[in-house]
Amino acid sequence: MNENANHVLSDTCVGLKPSGIRKFFDIVSEMTDAISLGVGEPDFDTPWHIRDEGIYSLEKGRTFYTSNSGLKELKKEVAAYMKRSQNLRYDYNSQIFITVGGSEAIDLMFRAMINPGDQVLIPTPCYVSYDPCARLAGAEPVIVELKEENEFRLKAEDLEKKITDKSKILVLPFPNNPTGSIMTREDLRPIAELCIKHDLYVLSDEIYGELTYEGRHVSIASFPGMQERTIVVNGFSKAYAMTGWRLGYACGPDWIISQMIKIHQFAIMCAPTTSQYAAVEALRNGDEDVRMMRESYNERRRFVLYSLKKMGLPCFEPKGAFYAFPCIKEFGMTSDEFATRLLQEEKVAIVPGTAFGDCGEGFLRLSYAYSIDNLKKALARLERFVTRLRAK
Amino acid sequence: MNTLEERVLSIIEKNSRVDTKELAILLGTEESEILAAMEKLEQEDVICGYHTMIDWDKTGVDKVTALIEVRVTPQRGKGFDEIAERIYKYPEVTSVYLISGGYDLMVTLEGKSLKDVSSFVTNKLSTLDTVIATTTHFILKKYKDHGTIMTRHHEDQREMITP
Ligand SMILES: Cc1ncc(COP(=O)(O)O)c(C=O)c1O
Repeated sequence: MNENANHVLSDTCVGLKPSGIRKFFDIVSEMTDAISLGVGEPDFDTPWHIRDEGIYSLEKGRTFYTSNSGLKELKKEVAAYMKRSQNLRYDYNSQIFITVGGSEAIDLMFRAMINPGDQVLIPTPCYVSYDPCARLAGAEPVIVELKEENEFRLKAEDLEKKITDKSKILVLPFPNNPTGSIMTREDLRPIAELCIKHDLYVLSDEIYGELTYEGRHVSIASFPGMQERTIVVNGFSKAYAMTGWRLGYACGPDWIISQMIKIHQFAIMCAPTTSQYAAVEALRNGDEDVRMMRESYNERRRFVLYSLKKMGLPCFEPKGAFYAFPCIKEFGMTSDEFATRLLQEEKVAIVPGTAFGDCGEGFLRLSYAYSIDNLKKALARLERFVTRLRAK
Repeated sequence: MNTLEERVLSIIEKNSRVDTKELAILLGTEESEILAAMEKLEQEDVICGYHTMIDWDKTGVDKVTALIEVRVTPQRGKGFDEIAERIYKYPEVTSVYLISGGYDLMVTLEGKSLKDVSSFVTNKLSTLDTVIATTTHFILKKYKDHGTIMTRHHEDQREMITP
């Protein structure tokens, strides 16, 4: 390494903590025979009719850039989806644009809105990218701890305590990765009121919205006065099992969206063309696939909860995404120690809760995006492991 | 058909080995509900059997499968039912479908060898009074059967850990 590296490199970048996931990944990748429950993406293949449209677009020679904000047909389909799923109207032309995954949309919202010193409120444990993206944009991340006793839902009291006159954006990461927690209409109402009272803008990451197992997902943008202060981030990765296609979108007020598109046009140009054609098919004819996959995840969810209960590991009932977040505090080990020993002794890879923020300490993120056979094998090993720990 | 029955059917259609206790866990209900649903579905002949998918090609056992198109003269008052019954009673016949298009019945047949199958067609099938013509297609390779791709071992291609 260059000895001057620290003078040459960006202080902000060097100062970012490496991802906790990455560290665990490096240990696991040494172990080829381990069973993993550590994956944050669907196990289904992208439905064939969607892949077929991608292939067809290539055969037709649609291999050029699209417009910066994305294919018109796709933006129109996104608008139609927002209308039928949330009864929200967005102008496809000025209030919607297509991104490289939900990931890009998250990054762009911060970059388009943050001035130095602004604070971003981040309910934690949560997905790994909000904190670093906020920092890179020059914001100060402010953690709002989600608590197990509230089933990891965001409570207005906890949020209000963290609001200052520098607070600008609230990240609303529900259904939540890593906890599987969701926010119902009743849970969201007081949060929406606070946002209006304190003039907060919301980054509502709804990438797992379709994977909700009780009732339907509710977007905070559907509350009165909220659509004009919310950027809804969504994408195709989870609902349509399209992680590798790298496609997402953002919907929101045109004056924010246009600034996000400005950065996007310089940094990215446009989202992958093939993926955009495939995504049109996903939104037009993919509802049945989503329903089928959701049902399948739901069965696995019940199986995992039953198995955790049987081995006596406390776990609240997650109602969204494809994760369970069992508590391992009884063993007097850190999540990291527990996960590492589980990996070494039983060859099962489960991500320690701390990879999603310090307040994930004492928990594990168990992904159930696996076949029942795979879950059975892994959970049997987990049970053997906890039984052995308790016997000591 | 209620949704529980439909879910039970769609799960056991893919895997008939799931036991009733596990079905109850997967579907968030009591085992007694599952037992009742399955008994009803069996009695109504909705569930007609519990089979296993076997790729005999991967074993040393000799087996040949043929698809036979059969043209027949329908009989007054009985249509195709009687001739279909004559055919499906042979144990070597594994399926019989009445179909639309250029011929009438699609028969699948399993035998030990090509000779076995051809002798069935010439000696038994073609000699039935109402059979006008047959065309036999031998299956060379099964790629997919009953929704299962036979030629591919499904491997998890995902990274071991992702956020
Ligand atoms: C909560 C959450 N948001 C956003 C993303 C990013 O997804 P993508 O960029 O594939 O759309 C993920 C991926 O794991 C996630 O879990």
